[in-house]
Amino acid sequence: MGFSDADLAAIWLTLRLAGITTVLLLIIGTPIAWWLARTRSNWKGPVGAVVALPLVLPPTVLGFYLLLAMGPNGPVGQFTQWLGIGTLPFTFWGLVVASVFYSMPFVVQPIQNAIESLGERPLEAAATLRAGPWDTFFTVVLPLARPGFFTAAILGFAHTVGEFGVVLMIGGNIPGVTRVVSVQIYDHVEALEYAEAHWLAATMVIFSFLVLLALYTLNPATRRKQA
Amino acid sequence: MKAEMKAVVLGLAALAAATLARAEEVNVAVAANFTAPMNVIAAEFAKDTGHEAKLAFGSSGKFYAQIKNGAPFQVFLSADDAKPAKLEQEGMTVVGSRFTYAVGTLVLWSAKPGFVDDKAAVLKRGDYNKLAIANPKLAPYGAAAVEVLEGMGLMAAAEPKLVQGENIAQTFQFALTGNAELGFVALSQVMKDGKITSGSAWIVPGNLHQPIRQDAVILSSGEGNAAAVALMKYLQGDKAKAIIRSYGYDI
Repeated sequence: MGFSDADLAAIWLTLRLAGITTVLLLIIGTPIAWWLARTRSNWKGPVGAVVALPLVLPPTVLGFYLLLAMGPNGPVGQFTQWLGIGTLPFTFWGLVVASVFYSMPFVVQPIQNAIESLGERPLEAAATLRAGPWDTFFTVVLPLARPGFFTAAILGFAHTVGEFGVVLMIGGNIPGVTRVVSVQIYDHVEALEYAEAHWLAATMVIFSFLVLLALYTLNPATRRKQA
Repeated sequence: MKAEMKAVVLGLAALAAATLARAEEVNVAVAANFTAPMNVIAAEFAKDTGHEAKLAFGSSGKFYAQIKNGAPFQVFLSADDAKPAKLEQEGMTVVGSRFTYAVGTLVLWSAKPGFVDDKAAVLKRGDYNKLAIANPKLAPYGAAAVEVLEGMGLMAAAEPKLVQGENIAQTFQFALTGNAELGFVALSQVMKDGKITSGSAWIVPGNLHQPIRQDAVILSSGEGNAAAVALMKYLQGDKAKAIIRSYGYDI
């Protein structure tokens, strides 16, 4: 017993999806978190709420609307067709786009909290030393808010690995393209292949535990408190 | 006076007991593809017999796992014939209660009017973006679709364009939203009152695949449940059969 080739393909695909999604989310999520942490605009509430939506929405709702929006008659689908890249459902990059939405709050919120807890003083100090905004970000904010970024990256990665409902709705279960581990487990269970399901499912449990263990023991923030 | 009271109480108790004996309750696990007809049948069943059928809808694979782990269902209407047979072998059913309550019809369907003709020319030409089928490992409609493609010698051409729904409902969703231009779905999903409701379709001739038999069975916990027995009988009656047929199933 052990993993079949199909299981291994699903594991590799899942890691690739989660890795790419995490990198993209750090790039996209950081400015959003920065803005949310610093702004006094009336838009703070609505934007924060939209970012947090995937926390409370059932993944099937999100998946269903993504399927409609990215489909040939949806606004996103019309746009991607106009760009000449076809439609996104049933493609790897379609899953990436969906995962970016789905895991957004897990990346934005820790970074936002970290930046908010810095307060004004380090930034004011940097400004009096005539540091430009980019300089301030890379030499002041990033090092001080590192625990927030660490938490964000781990949660974003882990949450994408655990994604199921959205992938199910827009993936089409194509081996090596959209058939991720959670879907593969679901297929095993539905086909009554319980032994195969156990292998993958137990691996997921152990993986998730180790990731969270790493988060709670390695994170500079929690370590400092313990020291 | 006291004696009178006693008589009334006794009478009421007897009445209650009689009602209880007559109108029983049965918990039924129903395959998702049979949702619409079963809702209608259960309403008629309640009217005609006084028994109440409480329906739970879901995937047959999940129901199988739940039944094996003690789920409180007395009747199981599966989407296939394999799972009820397996439960029977495993001694989890009332022996002799299994029968085919509906036979599914496969249809090649597109949300676009005029896209599919009655000879499935578009499928043979390969002139479509994606073809949605139900997961052949899980869903009988998916297995039938694969059989049809292989029988027509079109599997190699279609394979790169195949997308799979986890069940026939999701497969239909892929086709309905236009994300897949073609889909092999259940006739019951696109038919109402004997007519195709929208888009265009080719009803796949039954000789191109094994029949899609959906079997029902009384589970061990339904032993001696009058409502369970009555429901099984009702499903085989003319009234239920007419309802089942009107949703595009054979029987």
